[in-house]
Amino acid sequence: MQQWLDQIASSGFLAELPRGLVYTLGALLACKLILLFVSLLAGEVVWLERRVAGRMQARIGPNRVGPQGLLQFLADGVKLLAKEDIIPAEADRPTFLVAPIIVFMGAFAAFAVMPFGYGLVAADMNVGLFLVLAMTSIEVPGVIMAGWASNSKWAILGSMREVAQMVSYEMPLGISALVIALLAGTLNLSDIVAQQEGWVWNWYALRGPFAFVAFFLFFTAALASLKRAPFDLPEAESELVAGFHTEYTGFRFAVFFLAEYSAMILFSLVTVVLFLGGWSPGFPLDLTGPAARWIGFAIVMAKTFALLFVMIWVRWSLPRYRIDKVMYLCYKVLLPFSVACVVGVALQILLGHALGGAFGQWLMGR
Amino acid sequence: MSAPLASPGARPQLGPAAAPSLTSGGEPRHASVTEVHEAQRLVGQDLRTEELIFNMGPQHPATHGVLRVVIKSDGEFVQGLQPHVGNLHRCAEKIGECVPYYQWVPYVDRMDYLAAMCNEQIACMAIERAAGIEVPERAEYCRVVVVEVQRILSHLFAMGVYGLDLGAFTPFLHQFRERERGLDLLDHISGGRLLYHYVRIGGVKRDFTQDWLDELEAFLAAVETRMPEYNTLLLHNHIFQQRTAGVGVIDRDTCVRWGVTGPALRAAGVDFDVRRDAPYSIYERFEFDVPHGHSSIAGVVGDCFHRHWVRAKEVEQSLKIVRQALRQMPQGSVMAKVPKGMKPPVGEVYVRGENPRGELAVYLITQGEDKAWRVRCRGPSFSNIGVITETAKGTLLADLVAVIGSLDIVLGEVDR
Repeated sequence: MQQWLDQIASSGFLAELPRGLVYTLGALLACKLILLFVSLLAGEVVWLERRVAGRMQARIGPNRVGPQGLLQFLADGVKLLAKEDIIPAEADRPTFLVAPIIVFMGAFAAFAVMPFGYGLVAADMNVGLFLVLAMTSIEVPGVIMAGWASNSKWAILGSMREVAQMVSYEMPLGISALVIALLAGTLNLSDIVAQQEGWVWNWYALRGPFAFVAFFLFFTAALASLKRAPFDLPEAESELVAGFHTEYTGFRFAVFFLAEYSAMILFSLVTVVLFLGGWSPGFPLDLTGPAARWIGFAIVMAKTFALLFVMIWVRWSLPRYRIDKVMYLCYKVLLPFSVACVVGVALQILLGHALGGAFGQWLMGR
Repeated sequence: MSAPLASPGARPQLGPAAAPSLTSGGEPRHASVTEVHEAQRLVGQDLRTEELIFNMGPQHPATHGVLRVVIKSDGEFVQGLQPHVGNLHRCAEKIGECVPYYQWVPYVDRMDYLAAMCNEQIACMAIERAAGIEVPERAEYCRVVVVEVQRILSHLFAMGVYGLDLGAFTPFLHQFRERERGLDLLDHISGGRLLYHYVRIGGVKRDFTQDWLDELEAFLAAVETRMPEYNTLLLHNHIFQQRTAGVGVIDRDTCVRWGVTGPALRAAGVDFDVRRDAPYSIYERFEFDVPHGHSSIAGVVGDCFHRHWVRAKEVEQSLKIVRQALRQMPQGSVMAKVPKGMKPPVGEVYVRGENPRGELAVYLITQGEDKAWRVRCRGPSFSNIGVITETAKGTLLADLVAVIGSLDIVLGEVDR
């Protein structure tokens, strides 16, 4: 991105303009591109979810709007836009209006550091992983605001559940991501992927038993912080009507919905980048060329959709946990195991140092 | 109104078994004045929590229609609750006193709209007994077949919807697939999908045809092969067991006290089924088991898990009964001679039968007219729903949903 910007900025009439302005415009353009791409992708994930659910439930699912119903999300969007925008009379108006924006922001901001392919990253930061974890926790205050401002008892219960759940599950999530940070020795997501290139056993999920377990811990914790079934308590339909967004209608609801699905894509991407080798196809292949990086992009997307499919599959198969069981799972199962994985992987790296050679390098993660 | 906020963690002890917070271990210890003072200050000012009064329903996805439950809760914990019924009151009993007998039968369908055939059978039995009408042998068999098919459909529905209550959407639609076949089946014999008016005073509306019998056989085979599949989705699912095992335990005494019947009573370990223990129609001719007691899969006797398990087992028994009935079925007429403008003599009858949800009884006082002087129904859903005030107290909100779902109430019959 940086090199592209430099190239563009020093060519043609742009060279006349101040560098700062060009970079700002470039950044805004990148934001717009990501927003557009992720929104479209989220729309298609909604379609995927409904089609897969349909197949699982012996019915068809949306197949009328566009080929195979691919444009269903546009029709849904138009429907939601056309709806009356209701703000409850007793609601805390400003908070009510701001809440969806904050939730949306949290879900989108982290895409800035996601490497979709070699060089296909908006901001190649050295604290990428940290930024992802930080940005996804922005969603929590947004949800509290939505629940509080709605002034509905169901909404407040839903947001209490969500906050308890998300704050708790950030711990196993962060700690199992730490396993990869230890192995990779960097928080830069592009570098993390670069170190997994080569054969399939270089993927971090397959480098030793601890990283393998951490992969499942991370994915489970991600499911929980995404409030996907079986952890969908904050919006448990049969208990809390719709949880924290009970009182939201029309486009505000659509924004929550979009944020939820973008967060799904985000966590799948993060899992692919951290554990499943990013754009690495599983055998040595140079995907750094200007055209080849788009093959890498396709590989990243394929892996992401595979994980999204698993999320959908799990959601439509399992009943919902109860709040105390969810907390039990977090504090008594995932957290100890993830801490054990961190310790284990640290020992594995020490062992790698001691052994040296190719195998030692493999154990050390680089 | 300011938004009420209850913080679930603020009170150290919750639920009915809460020990006084200032005693430690087994030994009671007198709290010092400062301690009490401090605790009061904390609870009174800094950590003030409010009880939350919820209105669950009448429009709520988990109340199976229009049940309204007023819940007093402390965060997620249900401290007390009161079901309010009557939102679907349609005067089914009063109508029975205003219209001729034969016109009342379709109204009975609408009481428990998921088990219309069973309602019809019991209502017709009551009227026939009052009027002294003898039902032809073949008609009795026809009734048993459709009633047991209805029981299968009702249980499929109950089990699927219970999954939905616990957040599993897919089993619900899978069980609906088979239920749909069953509804088509009953549609082809009666002309209605949900409300049939197939069982008539003196017999049934029309005889089975060979095509229909083939269709029935295919349906039974489908249910038989699918049941293990459904059980993997719910009964043997680990999360399902965690959600239901040991939750909402209704013991034998509580069942008797509240008049709980049907699968809920059998799940509490009581070996009682009206079909076997007070046989009506021709049920004494069939061999079938009454599933009750411990499942030896998970949970304790009387919990939500066992109520679900009893339903799953009863489907198998109903399949058995239908197959036996089809084998034994004699030839002959399916309708007795019923006098026009039938006027049963002065008297009263009380007829009870086993509905999918429990014991349904119809009580008629006749005064020699073409309509009853007094009609009274004892509905299983109404008797079963009351018990939640006792059972769901001190549980989590999610458990309340699990308990209501496991009792499988139909509001049409609660309110009648």
